[in-house]
Amino acid sequence: MIRSVRPLANVSSRIAKRNLASSSSELVSIELPASSFEGYNLDIPELSFETEKETLLQMYKDMIIIRRMEMAADALYKAKKIRGFCHLSVGQEAIAVGIENAISKEDTVITSYRCHGFAFMRGAPVKAILGELMGKRTGVSYGKGGSMHMFAPGFYGGNGIVGAQVPLGAGLAFSHKYRGQKAAAFTLYGDGASNQGQVFEAYNMAKLWNLPCIFACENNKYGMGTAASRSSALVEYHKRGQYIPGLKINGMDVLATYQASKFAKDWAAQGNGPLVLEYETYRYGGHSMSDPGTTYRTREEVQHMRSRNDPIAGLKATLLDKGIATEEEIKSYDKAARAYVDEQVASAEADSPPEAKMDILFEDVYVPGSEIPVLRGRISDDSWDFKNKTFLNKVY
Amino acid sequence: MAPKLSSVAKTAQLAASALKSNAVRSSLKYSGQYQALRMINGTRAASSPAEKKTITIRDALNAGLAEELDRDDDVFLMGEEVAQYNGAYKVSRGLLDRFGERRVIDTPITEMGFTGLAVGAALHGLKPVLEFMTFNFAMQAIDQIVNSAAKTYYMSGGTQPCNITFRGPNGAAAGVAAQHSQCYAAWYGSIPGLKVVSPYSAEDYKGLIKAAIRDPNPVVFLENEIAYGETHEISEEALSTDFILPIGKANIEREGTDLTFVSHSRSVKFCLEAAETLEKQYGVKAEVINLRSIKPLDVPTIVESVKKTNHLVTVEAGFPAFGVGSEIVAQVMESEAFDYLDAPVERVTGCEVPTPYAKELEDFAFPDEPTVVRAARKVLGL
Repeated sequence: MIRSVRPLANVSSRIAKRNLASSSSELVSIELPASSFEGYNLDIPELSFETEKETLLQMYKDMIIIRRMEMAADALYKAKKIRGFCHLSVGQEAIAVGIENAISKEDTVITSYRCHGFAFMRGAPVKAILGELMGKRTGVSYGKGGSMHMFAPGFYGGNGIVGAQVPLGAGLAFSHKYRGQKAAAFTLYGDGASNQGQVFEAYNMAKLWNLPCIFACENNKYGMGTAASRSSALVEYHKRGQYIPGLKINGMDVLATYQASKFAKDWAAQGNGPLVLEYETYRYGGHSMSDPGTTYRTREEVQHMRSRNDPIAGLKATLLDKGIATEEEIKSYDKAARAYVDEQVASAEADSPPEAKMDILFEDVYVPGSEIPVLRGRISDDSWDFKNKTFLNKVY
Repeated sequence: MAPKLSSVAKTAQLAASALKSNAVRSSLKYSGQYQALRMINGTRAASSPAEKKTITIRDALNAGLAEELDRDDDVFLMGEEVAQYNGAYKVSRGLLDRFGERRVIDTPITEMGFTGLAVGAALHGLKPVLEFMTFNFAMQAIDQIVNSAAKTYYMSGGTQPCNITFRGPNGAAAGVAAQHSQCYAAWYGSIPGLKVVSPYSAEDYKGLIKAAIRDPNPVVFLENEIAYGETHEISEEALSTDFILPIGKANIEREGTDLTFVSHSRSVKFCLEAAETLEKQYGVKAEVINLRSIKPLDVPTIVESVKKTNHLVTVEAGFPAFGVGSEIVAQVMESEAFDYLDAPVERVTGCEVPTPYAKELEDFAFPDEPTVVRAARKVLGL
């Protein structure tokens, strides 16, 4: 008799709130610059569109939470409270936020190891994400996965092997189609991963079988320390799909990423098959916490992107411009986000790690109720007997 | 009381009676009827339960797949040539006709891509049965099998299961040379998070493929190409749609008192033949254990047998170094059976060479009955 799988750490109700259009929510007109999009065998999305003020405010709040959460992770890593790999998305917030605000709970998202922002947007609480980074039992994956293996409803990780998530994403799209769902699978990968053979294998099957798979390259110009021009014979990643229509998007503008993601979701839901998106973006930090990010690019370049193209500053300017929020209100949102994240950091730090017990170590190798009889420990005495919930040779 | 007929047997009955009343074969209206007729060796309503049916391994596997496709809409079959070609080895014959192209899907020759795609579908809740034309080709996809399928439930803290079955021919065929003849039982058997199954008889194939598909974990189902055409007896019980064999229980194919053979897949056949020879020529009664399952390995059954016979020979077709036989020997040595051994364990394995092509050399590359007998005589001091 198979017990049900463990539920995901308490998912926030933020998603439900977002989808309800309040009657007092006003519409605001957005006019994107022509440089926002570039199509490949595709008519670009409308540059002018209307959206609710509430949506813009929500996107601002989402981005600042992600920014503060990632910066908290940076500090915790330097304080040695986070171990191993930690890949931060500071500067790339507009993509996760734009996509989530454009899609529904039924759509699916999958990405690589630079996944904290996406996990948050899909419903994992800040505390659970930080908890997982610190290896706490209250983490998203109960302390078993770490930075690269976070999951949430409709979010399939968090994947450590570069490019492996792309065929997985095509599989999510396959399942949507198999079940007759009008949903899309947003399958993200970087410029570094874009040359993987399995990406092209996934493109082929998605186009052949008309799968609702939105392939989305987060082109942040560098695959670890290798500039895109040194890794890719063709750096126009939205054209790599050859027989699949493509769209390049200014990934530093959340309004552009939002509009493009809505366009892509509708494209897929209408049964038009796959698309290859390229969100042009930039990461201020290094590839991971082990990489200062300055040996292969100049500090000036990083500063330039930060001061001229920052997604949060960009949306802030729009909010002020359109009178959606005042300077004081925005400052208060910033303060609130900072306080909230600081509070979640403290709360997560106070939590305990998984107990150093063998039965916890051996849990989750197989679905409960279908475990194999024995899993071996470091020595034969430490072999765990699942049926009797004890050690094979000794009773501890 | 007459046993409940499987849906396959019922279909075959209807087909048989349709044929009787109208001699033209092409008049059978419903797809799957030819398939059912072939599977059930001329089942008639009047046959008695005591009569032993026979079935080829191919047809037993086909029946198991058809029954699981029938039972659960989330199950689908995917692989190269599984649909229109009816299967590279005809294992999926008739399934496209019966279930349609939504459920039985031909893929391009892109193992890494379609394996990842199938794993992604499993993560979303479907239950793929993914065929590799041989497990040699699965090496291209092994990252998806191990890192995306096997480890995900653990890495997600038990929140993200992956119900997928990877199946296909494993190990030697005949004259297909080095790149097409490797046995992967040991490779997959070492991965926590996978289950690995290796059937021998028709009942094994049918009962275990159903168990594998229903198991919520990723399961690697190792078949054997030479075995597909072999005919085995099959019980009426095994023909039923509810017949499942538990994963992890070995089967004692032949009881004995003097020596234990432990084997899996095609090598079980050589053990059974060797047991005959040993009895006739030396009066030795050998016990033959058909593992059925590589992971988990049924160590208790092996230990009980060794305590009884005091002698052990392992027989398998994989490479000797770091293999299934090595694992069995280590497990036995670590168990109480160690004190019951009257001689060191002998491993019979594939030869440590890339499989040669010329038959004279290929015959040296894999276990056969004379080699198994030689190993038994060594262990028994005969």
